[in-house]
Amino acid sequence: MIEQAVNLEAVGRQYQQARAAIARRVIICAGTGCVANGSLKVFAALKNEIENRGMDVIVEMGHDHHKSDVFLSKSGCQGFCQAGPLVTIEPDDYLYVHVKPEDAKDIVEQTLIGNRPVARLLYKDSTTGTVFEKWHDVPFYKRQHREILGDCGNIDPEDIREYIARGGYEAARRAYTQMKPQQICEEITASGLRGHGGGGFPTGKKWTLTLAEKSDKKYVICNADEGDPGAFMNRSLMEGNPHRVLEGIMIAARAIEADEAFVYVRAEYPLAVQRIRKAVVDAEKAGILGQGVFGSRHNMFCHVMEGAGAFVCGEETALMASIEGLRGMPRPKPPFPAQNGLWGKPTVINNVETLGSVPLIILQGSHNYRAVGTPNSPGTKTFALTGHVVNTGLIEVPFGTTLREIIFDIGGGVLDKNGKIDADGFKAVQIGGPSGGCLVEEHLDMPLDFDSIKPTGAIIGSGGLVVMNRDTCMVQVAHFFMRFTQNESCGKCVPCREGTKQMLALLDDIIQGRATTKTLELLEQLAVAVQIGSLCGLGKTAPNPVLSTLRYFRSEYEAHIFQKRCPAGQCKALAVPEILAERCKGCGACLRKCPVGAITGEKKAPHRIDPKLCIKCGTCAQACKFNAIVGV
Amino acid sequence: MGNAQKTESAEGFRKFEKVCQIIDKYNRDPSKLIPILQEVQHEYRYLPEPVQSYIATSLGLSPARVFGVASFYANFALEPKGRYVIHICDGTACHVKGSNGIKEALCGLLKLSDSKKTTNDMLFTLETVSCLGACGLAPVMTINDEVHGQVTPTKAVELIKAIMEREQSK
Repeated sequence: MIEQAVNLEAVGRQYQQARAAIARRVIICAGTGCVANGSLKVFAALKNEIENRGMDVIVEMGHDHHKSDVFLSKSGCQGFCQAGPLVTIEPDDYLYVHVKPEDAKDIVEQTLIGNRPVARLLYKDSTTGTVFEKWHDVPFYKRQHREILGDCGNIDPEDIREYIARGGYEAARRAYTQMKPQQICEEITASGLRGHGGGGFPTGKKWTLTLAEKSDKKYVICNADEGDPGAFMNRSLMEGNPHRVLEGIMIAARAIEADEAFVYVRAEYPLAVQRIRKAVVDAEKAGILGQGVFGSRHNMFCHVMEGAGAFVCGEETALMASIEGLRGMPRPKPPFPAQNGLWGKPTVINNVETLGSVPLIILQGSHNYRAVGTPNSPGTKTFALTGHVVNTGLIEVPFGTTLREIIFDIGGGVLDKNGKIDADGFKAVQIGGPSGGCLVEEHLDMPLDFDSIKPTGAIIGSGGLVVMNRDTCMVQVAHFFMRFTQNESCGKCVPCREGTKQMLALLDDIIQGRATTKTLELLEQLAVAVQIGSLCGLGKTAPNPVLSTLRYFRSEYEAHIFQKRCPAGQCKALAVPEILAERCKGCGACLRKCPVGAITGEKKAPHRIDPKLCIKCGTCAQACKFNAIVGV
Repeated sequence: MGNAQKTESAEGFRKFEKVCQIIDKYNRDPSKLIPILQEVQHEYRYLPEPVQSYIATSLGLSPARVFGVASFYANFALEPKGRYVIHICDGTACHVKGSNGIKEALCGLLKLSDSKKTTNDMLFTLETVSCLGACGLAPVMTINDEVHGQVTPTKAVELIKAIMEREQSK
């Protein structure tokens, strides 16, 4: 049965006309970050204030051409999480940062009625003092290249009509009505698109291999099990523009001749789950998903499944086991999912961001897609920029951008332990999460793409960038990731299950001051064994953070082992608390606070700490008003 | 059949009525085991053993298979949790920004540890999670899914104390 084909032009035109009847649009960021900072309260306050002024406000775009003063809408993540809650005003393009419900009055009075910006809410660069009126002039945005995230943060992610009005689903329509599967595969191959989920495998090749398989049933899986700690690109894309992801899934399905798809989302992302579910329902209602897609004879159905909290399910064979209702454990490859995937059928698994890039390529053509990025890594990549950096948030830059541009130009520089900008504070950046490694000063000017990063031992991975300042202990960083992978190891193969446990124990020894001259050698041998012997990507890459920190910060490991000293002063067990006699006034504040009575001394004379009794809790250092206690 | 037995089975039926509805919703399809367990847990707040066995029988699976899945995934709870579930994010960004201090402060306040995660009055459960994906606001903690960003140990203690007071005045 072929249903009435959806008329994208008519839906788009109708939305544009309705939009044209509205004077101003106020967009409140409703991504997870801004909601946590209270953006929904800002939304309510603004609505209240506008209504109290007797202005006509709508919160949902209607179907008629009803004239209105203000359209108050929520968007997905606008990226600049550090400055949230964010409010953008169209068509003026004003960006207001750190907006509180109390600011609603000024926004309505000065901007909506007075047609001028509220000066105190504009973004001010903390180093130069420059104030920026329009969002696209703010350095954080100006130096980005937002293609995949293009509409994220502008459009209402829950309104399919707005997506269509901006050219959405046109690529899918072309794929289903004007292109043959082979043509789609060729176009994607020509674009040079590579898997944005970490591996960087050529997407076109994966699709061509799956298309070549003869089968009565094939599947597409969208891998949205973004488990890397410190990464939230996929979450933001699903929250900000879920239809873009869905359109990519549809095109992938057409390219391999599949009619059913699964989106496997982390349960830790409730808002993303809700938005992608709504997108599927709305697309079904609009006649885009279902039987006879765009009037063709092809069907397309999409299911959303929530993960249940297992990092290993990001591995494709484990993910498929999880969809089948089994323990999420990987199996050896080959056979690859292209031949033997979900329920034994040929399956394509792509990351959210890879699929989100697909409609762009179909619309603008592979040639134009290659205009940005590097020859071997075309296009753009989103990164989650976090850690000790001024501007944390979600960014998108062309492949080949340097770390220096990302951390210092977009990120605004490195912060010290007190949260102040520190020009020389940069120590390292962890890229690629628990499978990745760290990059240091010497890599700041290296172009970031899949291939140039390889010799460093790190990987682009999914795109988490955690900036670390000089007060970070690199042994602890390695310990942190090893604890993570050890905890997430599924237990199927011995090298990963036992190897990660022993590596963690060795790292523990180093941090606790129990390490011997043999420890490092053993750690390195074990790391190589786990790399070679493990079954899946989780185990094979688990030693990377250790090897990478050892490569660039070996002296830090050695200081822990041979001098029993933590150069960054972070490892408590190695701390040697000391009272500086020249600063101590003998006030007794520390003596009274010490829970174990390790501090002695006469009044008005310098006190002493007995290292044998001290438990290194740090209470004394907090109690001291003269900064006389160091080493804890 | 005796009278006593009758009431027991009727009670048993009532007890599992909701589970039955959920299983039926998924057409008793064994491959939907994970969504079924998720929904049942939503109802009971954890997965009691008799419920697991009931699900196994209904889906034609062995109880070991169901227990295997339930114990594999971190989101399934095999023991009851407190009324307020606190998640402290220990993702990379939160970790380097001091999530450990928050954990220590709350463990101290609630007298909990790595081996004891729920308070005796069943009010609070404290868990660390790998990454909540709100890294821009690190360090992050959630209380029953409500996200709190840029948390300090003091702020965390205040939040929990406020809940304690609210509960006591009830």
